[in-house]
Amino acid sequence: MAFSLLLVVVLGAGALFFVAHVAMPEDRGQHVFAPDLVRRGGELAALGYCASCHTAEKGQPFAGGRPLATPFGTIFGTNITPDPESGIGLYSPAAFARAMREGIDRVGRDLYPVFPYNHFTRLEDKDIDALYAFLMTRAAVAAQNRANQLAFPYNIRPLLAGWKLLYLDKFRVTERPDLGRYLVEGLSHCGACHTPRDRLGAEIASQHFDGGEAEDWWAPPLNANSPSPVPWTEESLFNYLRSWDAEHGGAIGPMAQVVAGLASVPEQDVRAIAAYIGSTMAKQGESDGPVEDNQTQAMQAHPQGAELYAGICATCHETGGHVPFTVASLGQHTSLYAPDPRNMIHVVLEGAHPPEGTVGAVMPAFADALSDEQIAEIIAYLRARFSGGAQWENVEDEIARIRRRTSP
Amino acid sequence: MITLNVNGRSRDVDDAPNTPLLYVLRDTLELNGAKFGCGLGQCGACTVVVDGKPVFSCLTPIAILQGRKITTLEGLGTEDAPSPLQRAFIEEQAAQCGYCIPGMIMRAHALLTGNAAPTDAEIREHMNANLCRCGTHMRILQAIKRAARGMQAADARAPAQEVRP
Repeated sequence: MAFSLLLVVVLGAGALFFVAHVAMPEDRGQHVFAPDLVRRGGELAALGYCASCHTAEKGQPFAGGRPLATPFGTIFGTNITPDPESGIGLYSPAAFARAMREGIDRVGRDLYPVFPYNHFTRLEDKDIDALYAFLMTRAAVAAQNRANQLAFPYNIRPLLAGWKLLYLDKFRVTERPDLGRYLVEGLSHCGACHTPRDRLGAEIASQHFDGGEAEDWWAPPLNANSPSPVPWTEESLFNYLRSWDAEHGGAIGPMAQVVAGLASVPEQDVRAIAAYIGSTMAKQGESDGPVEDNQTQAMQAHPQGAELYAGICATCHETGGHVPFTVASLGQHTSLYAPDPRNMIHVVLEGAHPPEGTVGAVMPAFADALSDEQIAEIIAYLRARFSGGAQWENVEDEIARIRRRTSP
Repeated sequence: MITLNVNGRSRDVDDAPNTPLLYVLRDTLELNGAKFGCGLGQCGACTVVVDGKPVFSCLTPIAILQGRKITTLEGLGTEDAPSPLQRAFIEEQAAQCGYCIPGMIMRAHALLTGNAAPTDAEIREHMNANLCRCGTHMRILQAIKRAARGMQAADARAPAQEVRP
């Protein structure tokens, strides 16, 4: 509570420096967009994963309604179709640019930074124009925005002006970087999940790409701190981001939507992202050898887990990669070396299901077949086998928590 | 020795603990309703119901089934007295080659047990895990809807009585 009060004072003081934002006039004019501009806007919307927050599960594209769990409460993705009442149909190009770069909606309210305007503030005019052209030519869907569920004091929007004063300016850059850096740090906003956030939900600049989280999944580091036992190269990053990589496997969880989007954009954009992330992940002294596999010791230490693994998992995961979309050894998956077991638990409980229209790993969900204790045994066995004996703590409690959260 | 509860009966089996339930059902207990399709949990032909939930019996070792209630196709009805769900599949002629149908019926059974009046979207979502290579999905969906209607009507007529095969 003391922290909350301090927060109100600090952000409130910050907010005082700002005059209330003016409302931008309603734009009811007819716009005509060049087809090429709309097409590039569609590619940019895929590169920025707009749909992953602004489209509800099985909902109309860009019509909002997706719940986004944050440490401050649940915020719902908004309707960004051109519907004049419930969407952004009355936004002029200038109002749209202000929302993207400064996080202020048309009528002048501050937007929550879960909308990554701290990254979009770097976007060039021509790209904002293309995104505008693309969104304004989508089907208008009448769908009212859902009210956010935020605790005090986070539900006081004017405080966001103070937040911006503290954080937003740091992200503004003026020089034109290369395409990969421009996309990664701007539109594709990789840091929004892969950089840890401070208590006010701002990315910690000094820990850029040190790893963060997304919707209760661990988002691995995209720098030399990556615990992956197999080096991430520019080529493997490209394969992973485009579809699937034989060295590391494929994306699941919130990242699956990202990869589904990147499958349709021009190859050079994904190559540029892979080149830039490849440079941020580069580290010295990595080996290309097979991953360490302490199978015998792991079987002795965790016989029940080993038995369950042999009866359930081995059918696909011990074929040396012959079952489509399995890697040669489970030890190649970065998630096994994560600081916490969340990703492993999600995969076992929920399985892997490629997003609609994409090809990828199919794994059944085991939530109904296995108990918390049994899943914990399997995880303990795999950790013993591949991560040098290091075990995660409170795995069973975490399984129970994630089970409650994902199947209420 | 592992004791399995299959269709309400206690069955002792000597198979190794990591033997998939599917093999034990078919080879040891001679319950041949559940089928081997892919063996990878991706097609659903082997689906049976465990504690009310559909599971892939090809990926379920019997070691984890002690004390849990297993229901297979044979537990629903017989050729002479099919269950309402089985009857609906026959009436809609939902089978072409028929290989996927036991799995389809068991997955649908788990749905209707927990939700007597599912929406079309709920049926599609729930049945998503099971594949039919002949392409009779539309008839399968019709059969499930017919069964749901029939069960609701039967409930309305005789709320207190339940017939178990």
